[in-house]
Amino acid sequence: MTTFTFEVLVSLKPGLSDPAGKAVESSLGPLGWSNVSRVRVGKHIKLDVEADDEQAATAQVEDMARRLLSNPVIEDLEVLEVSAK
Amino acid sequence: MSAAPRVGVVTFPGSLDDVDARNAVALMGGEAVALWHAERDLRDVDAVILPGGFSYGDYLRCGAIAARAPLMDEIATFATSGGPVLGICNGFQILCEAGLLPGALIRNRSLRFICRDVSLRVETARTSVTRGLTPGEVLEIPIKHGEGQWVATEEQLARVEGEGLVVFRYASAGGDVDDDHNPNGTTNNVAGVRNGAGNVVGLMPHPEHAVDPDVGPTGGQPLFASLLRAALQGVGA
Repeated sequence: MTTFTFEVLVSLKPGLSDPAGKAVESSLGPLGWSNVSRVRVGKHIKLDVEADDEQAATAQVEDMARRLLSNPVIEDLEVLEVSAK
Repeated sequence: MSAAPRVGVVTFPGSLDDVDARNAVALMGGEAVALWHAERDLRDVDAVILPGGFSYGDYLRCGAIAARAPLMDEIATFATSGGPVLGICNGFQILCEAGLLPGALIRNRSLRFICRDVSLRVETARTSVTRGLTPGEVLEIPIKHGEGQWVATEEQLARVEGEGLVVFRYASAGGDVDDDHNPNGTTNNVAGVRNGAGNVVGLMPHPEHAVDPDVGPTGGQPLFASLLRAALQGVGA
């Protein structure tokens, strides 16, 4: 068995209003960074999976990401493999 | 004489309004039955309420973890067989996360937690909680939420509006639905939706806080009265 480390990035779908992103953006201006736009706040989930091989680990993480870690109605997701040891 | 309908109220870690929901059921003449999320036993109830609160501290997404609780499998089966299920606030979020209702709830447009009485326009009487009401009727019920902005995919929204699945919209006291009376930025002023059969309903406002005239508006009474009648008629009725 190998331990694979993954990162799952979850972000609100582009069309949806992101009040948290907007709040962050409106706080950056007063700090002097007035050239910033389109701030979006998402989630970063890091996890380890023990599996026989990379393919099995990736398939499992993608399944978990779709069924619990993200909500396909409102969110997009990206699964990144970071390391294996 | 038939016995009082048994209405189960589920407690998750972080539920807040389970006791108020049980009190409302009892006040309206039902028998309130406490249910525990980690069990797989619905205790022969005739209807189920998922109460408000902050299950699992709203971690990951509001209602996301509670939606995967063991008891939710039983509730999905109960709902599929026609049993009345009402989700209030966090309970609405849980039903959406469980896929029993369309859409999802995201943070209020204002970013603020909102706690006040609102007016709701009833859009359909074809549900387990609005039977006996007339579309267009306005009920006063409080809201208290930070993440009550209902959104849906384009396909979901077309189906929800096309098939009359909206149960309540935020409105003026006179029943006007407009952006001035949209507290949280929710799509088309939607405050609550139903499933196709009408036995599963979720709404952000809190009818269980609006049953006792001594402490506020009583717009929640007809919803509980309807739910108790639906419960008496039994599953599949």
